[in-house]
Amino acid sequence: MKNTYNINNKGYYGEFGGAFIPEMLYPNVEELRQNYLKVMAESSFQEEFNQLLKDYVGRPSPLYFAKRLSEKYNTKVYLKREDLNHTGAHKVNNTIGQILMAKRLGKNRIIAETGAGQHGVATATVCALMGLDCIVYMGEIDIARQAPNVARMKMLGAEVRPALSGSRTLKDATNEAIRDWINNPVDTHYIIGSAIGPHPYPDMVTRFQSVISEEIKWQLKEKEGKENPDYVVACIGGGSNAAGTYYHFLDNEDVGIIAVEAAGKGIHSGESAATSALGKEGIIHGCKTLLMQTDDGQITEPYSISAGLDYPGVGPLHSHLYKSGRGEFYSATDDEAMQAGLELTKLEGIIPAIESSHALAVFQHKTFNPEDIVVISLSGRGDKDLQNYIDYFKL
Amino acid sequence: MNRIKQKLNEDKKLLSIYFTAGYPNIDDTVSIIQNLEQSGVDMIEIGLPFSDPLADGPTIQASSTAALKNGMTTEKLFDQLKDIRKSVSIPLIIMGYFNPVLQYGVEAFCKKCQEIGIDGLILPDLPADVYDEEYKATFEKYGLINVFLITPQTSEERIRYIDSISNGFIYMVSSASTTGAQSGFGNEQTHYFERISKMNLNNPQIVGFGISNNDTFTQATTHTKGAIIGSAFIKYISENGINELNNFVNPILGKN
Ligand SMILES: Cc1ncc(COP(=O)(O)O)c(C=O)c1O
Repeated sequence: MKNTYNINNKGYYGEFGGAFIPEMLYPNVEELRQNYLKVMAESSFQEEFNQLLKDYVGRPSPLYFAKRLSEKYNTKVYLKREDLNHTGAHKVNNTIGQILMAKRLGKNRIIAETGAGQHGVATATVCALMGLDCIVYMGEIDIARQAPNVARMKMLGAEVRPALSGSRTLKDATNEAIRDWINNPVDTHYIIGSAIGPHPYPDMVTRFQSVISEEIKWQLKEKEGKENPDYVVACIGGGSNAAGTYYHFLDNEDVGIIAVEAAGKGIHSGESAATSALGKEGIIHGCKTLLMQTDDGQITEPYSISAGLDYPGVGPLHSHLYKSGRGEFYSATDDEAMQAGLELTKLEGIIPAIESSHALAVFQHKTFNPEDIVVISLSGRGDKDLQNYIDYFKL
Repeated sequence: MNRIKQKLNEDKKLLSIYFTAGYPNIDDTVSIIQNLEQSGVDMIEIGLPFSDPLADGPTIQASSTAALKNGMTTEKLFDQLKDIRKSVSIPLIIMGYFNPVLQYGVEAFCKKCQEIGIDGLILPDLPADVYDEEYKATFEKYGLINVFLITPQTSEERIRYIDSISNGFIYMVSSASTTGAQSGFGNEQTHYFERISKMNLNNPQIVGFGISNNDTFTQATTHTKGAIIGSAFIKYISENGINELNNFVNPILGKN
């Protein structure tokens, strides 16, 4: 198998990636870079990671044939049920991996950023599990729109610190977390929640999430007699559930890769988070990638109804998939996503996270063949979004 | 000879001041530079504001946000500075984040700096190895000195490497922190200043972050060539305006 879509030894996917960090972060990031593959390869690490994924997270997550959804769109739809994971989303796959990494690097203080609160909850959860201090940075706006997750983090013993600068959402929470790391360079590990940030983060997060596509392969083999679907579909905020869903299919061009970004109120409405459509190459949070910015190189403030997709960049892997044409990129508006979420609820009895609803809105943008096997990453459950659904549909 | 190098050759401790261009008012840039030169400062860092200043604490963050709101852009700054060499001869450095430079075009940016009479750049998120491989030749072609940061956590090996690719001074970050005035330096900082001084680097060191008064200036410069003040200056001009800058500078230098 050729290995063209994976990271190279300098930390780039094609022209995207790298580590554009101030010198203050260099020792931390370098320590991680030198150790992450070594640590992940240790059999004791593998054992502990797999055990926790099984007994604590509840993996493997089911690959569910969505019969009524399939009938409606006249194709074969499978849902990868990351929503059934402990804490309700795919995020925990990564936080389990990173907390074990942090322990092996001798760190006892954990920081994280969060948008929807799913990554914050997943981080607070593993910190409770391991007895480590946990500080989660969250934009003030997101604190207001994701109240149940804020309460969960607090109950789990984390301190939730509001990010008050800029748009007061995920981008600014990430800035604050990075500043915290600069100020605490010795004892602290920063658990980034998506496939973003300086190398080696995008690759490390992708590897921890790659369990998603690893399972899809054998689960599909059991159900369909073949490992490879025709398409894998995922929503992209920073791109961690997508990276995990694509990983084992990246270099198999028979498998179509589909990404759905958040168009907010419409790509050209000025209130959008559709990075591939609106972004240009630049540097955000230590990484060279596509990002939404002014001509002058100021990062612009994105918008999406979904807090987890409200990010002005995408991970470097996804910029590469977009630029190289390996991935098909669509974007779903708030309205399309909300309708797709309601549709899944009515047809299959599953209330999805609004982030995941964006992936489900792929059917508004693409028609599949009846014999196609389409695997959609159902990255999270909708409990945290209940209030948004209630407000939107006036339930 | 580059004005920074000339200044570094002078037999004195240097005081360098950082301000954010476009703050407090969009058109203050030239006046601040002129007033700083007259007040006896040795070097000036002109901050090109950025939306997401990762390495900065609350004071510089707020000034950057305000400057952008006031309408500051890269083009605007270059326009304000186009005749600056008619009125000042002090070394001028542009300090900013890499993305705006990348969008302007690295070579176009460097060329413009040379035309204006900018002497150097500080881009904290342009890593030393990327600079070395991709941009060093361009910076040198336009006579620009690029300044790198080191911190108390930077390994000796890396300091030697940074020294080897520097050709002006090394910016010594006083402690592991974002920018912003602290209450003073302790033993830890003194040991760090001494440790670096004993390395006998090719490039002199100038200390930044956490310097706000004569005490911290003196402590910082005992073992180094000079010190840089940013947040404390921004606070000062927020409260006192941009005219009587002697009142800020003299006490730091221990003059009345
Ligand atoms: C359920 C869910 N899906 C998707 C995302 C988007 O993140 P990523 O693109 O990293 O998968 C989030 C982020 O919070 C989320 O909570």
